[in-house]
Amino acid sequence: MLEINHVYKTFNKGTVNEKKALTDLNLKLEDEDFVTVIGGNGAGKSTMLNMVAGVYPIDAGKIMIDGTDVSLMPEYKRAHFMGRVFQDPMMGTAAGMEIQENLSMALRRGKRRGLRWGITKQERERYYEELKRLGLGLEERMSSKVGLLSGGQRQALTLLMATLQKPRLLLLDEHTAALDPRTAKKVLDLTKEIVEEQKLTALMVTHNMKDAIQIGNRLIMMHDGHIIYDVKGEEKKNLQVADLLAKFEAASGEEFANDRMLLS
Amino acid sequence: MGILLAIQGAVSQGVLWGIMALGVYMTYRVLDIADLTVDGSFALGGSICATMITMGMNPWLSLVVAIAAGAAAGAVTGFLHTKCDIPAILAGILTQIGLYSVNLRIMGRSNTPLLKLDTMFKQLAALTGLPAAWVSLITGVVFCAGLITLLYCFFGTEIGSAIRATGSNEHMVRSLGANTNFTKVLGLMLGNGLIALSGALVTQSQGYADIKMGTGAIVIGLASIIIGEVLFSGKKRMAFGTKLFAVILGSVIYRIIVAMVLQMGLNTDDLKLLTAILVAVALAIPVAIEKQRQLQSYKASLGKGDDGHAGN
Repeated sequence: MLEINHVYKTFNKGTVNEKKALTDLNLKLEDEDFVTVIGGNGAGKSTMLNMVAGVYPIDAGKIMIDGTDVSLMPEYKRAHFMGRVFQDPMMGTAAGMEIQENLSMALRRGKRRGLRWGITKQERERYYEELKRLGLGLEERMSSKVGLLSGGQRQALTLLMATLQKPRLLLLDEHTAALDPRTAKKVLDLTKEIVEEQKLTALMVTHNMKDAIQIGNRLIMMHDGHIIYDVKGEEKKNLQVADLLAKFEAASGEEFANDRMLLS
Repeated sequence: MGILLAIQGAVSQGVLWGIMALGVYMTYRVLDIADLTVDGSFALGGSICATMITMGMNPWLSLVVAIAAGAAAGAVTGFLHTKCDIPAILAGILTQIGLYSVNLRIMGRSNTPLLKLDTMFKQLAALTGLPAAWVSLITGVVFCAGLITLLYCFFGTEIGSAIRATGSNEHMVRSLGANTNFTKVLGLMLGNGLIALSGALVTQSQGYADIKMGTGAIVIGLASIIIGEVLFSGKKRMAFGTKLFAVILGSVIYRIIVAMVLQMGLNTDDLKLLTAILVAVALAIPVAIEKQRQLQSYKASLGKGDDGHAGN
């Protein structure tokens, strides 16, 4: 359903800060693929997600979603296809607005916004039920400002918002990295639950190798702006962290020492 | 008696200028953009209104045209900001300075008096038989009430919510499929439309338009917003409608303060300096209080024995 063909992206081209973020990136996702993405710092994981989401324009190549070429489509239009959760818990929610208002924005993702009421009574009832399953007690605080919530609460809310209206593609950019271990686990469990339940196609960037192996049906490793390792099914299930480290070492050579901390 | 009359005048000026403050609120608070188009779009509304009335056109129609022109000015600022990536402050200044010439062109001179001409206030006074001062006050209140209701409803709609969300987290708004360039331009158009409407009403109320009538309007708008916020600062949660009401109230209080200091003998030339100081002090006080509170609580913790955990 998602096809990334020969995509290139260089930041700050022609300056001393030139950074080749993506070089000849190719990836094809099938429906209901749940792909974990690993790789060292600067491997291009987040850039890949941002390119798919349309945050920056690509330099060359093509990105197709369900056969539609979205390469030149602006971010807000591509939102029609995808739900996103970011590394920074502050990014996915509007602090100055109420919990229910944030949800109502999310429910209208990819739809035309007109002069109808921004939030209706039936919606509120649905939000109550949806918030209840997060188990954070947010359903009783629906008219509280999101700015009052903790990072973990905001991240759980963002996840709910991203999937409130079933997305064709769910993009998770290290969405548990900024959370404490317990909260991270909770958000991760919730992610698995929602992806399974809604049978979503998802790309999840993570720095946790164990998570990367355990979660999803497919794993890709990135290095220097492209994919260097791609496994799925049985082969992926039988992977060990040591295998990944070896793979990583083979690919990145001397940089290994720098990235080991982040990958183990 | 002098004081009472001055206060009545101040209140009626306050409500008419309050509409301008509402416009500033749209950009400064709702969109979180410092839009400096204000001074230009306020005078634009006045210039258009005065010119249309001297041409013998309907003064009510001039309000509609003023709103449209203000919205267009906002659109120009929005275009410069969103499409040309010019920082919002600079984009606003560019439009504002351009409007100075535009306004001179519209009026053909720097001052257009409406002394013997039919303004909407004179029409209403003739219709109701009320004195001019009351007509101006009542009209202003009716306009404000209507606008607050309209704005309250508008910001409850899908588009309105998207505009509010843009001011809070535009990144999120884009990721949820709304075009933030569009919401920003819309907010700027709405704000400057209101500002030009206020300019047109003030022109008819004072009986002339002047090329410099908008100078410092942005600061007066900010003063109104901040005074309004200080008045309601005790309330933790405020409904959107109440916030808009607070802006109008702030504008009225500002005018009463001005009327009082003028009564006490302040030179009108010093008025702008006074306004600037008023806004600066109002912005600085909450910061100073917070710092002082922090310092006090730290000092208190030092006093309470040697464990250093007195704060808990």
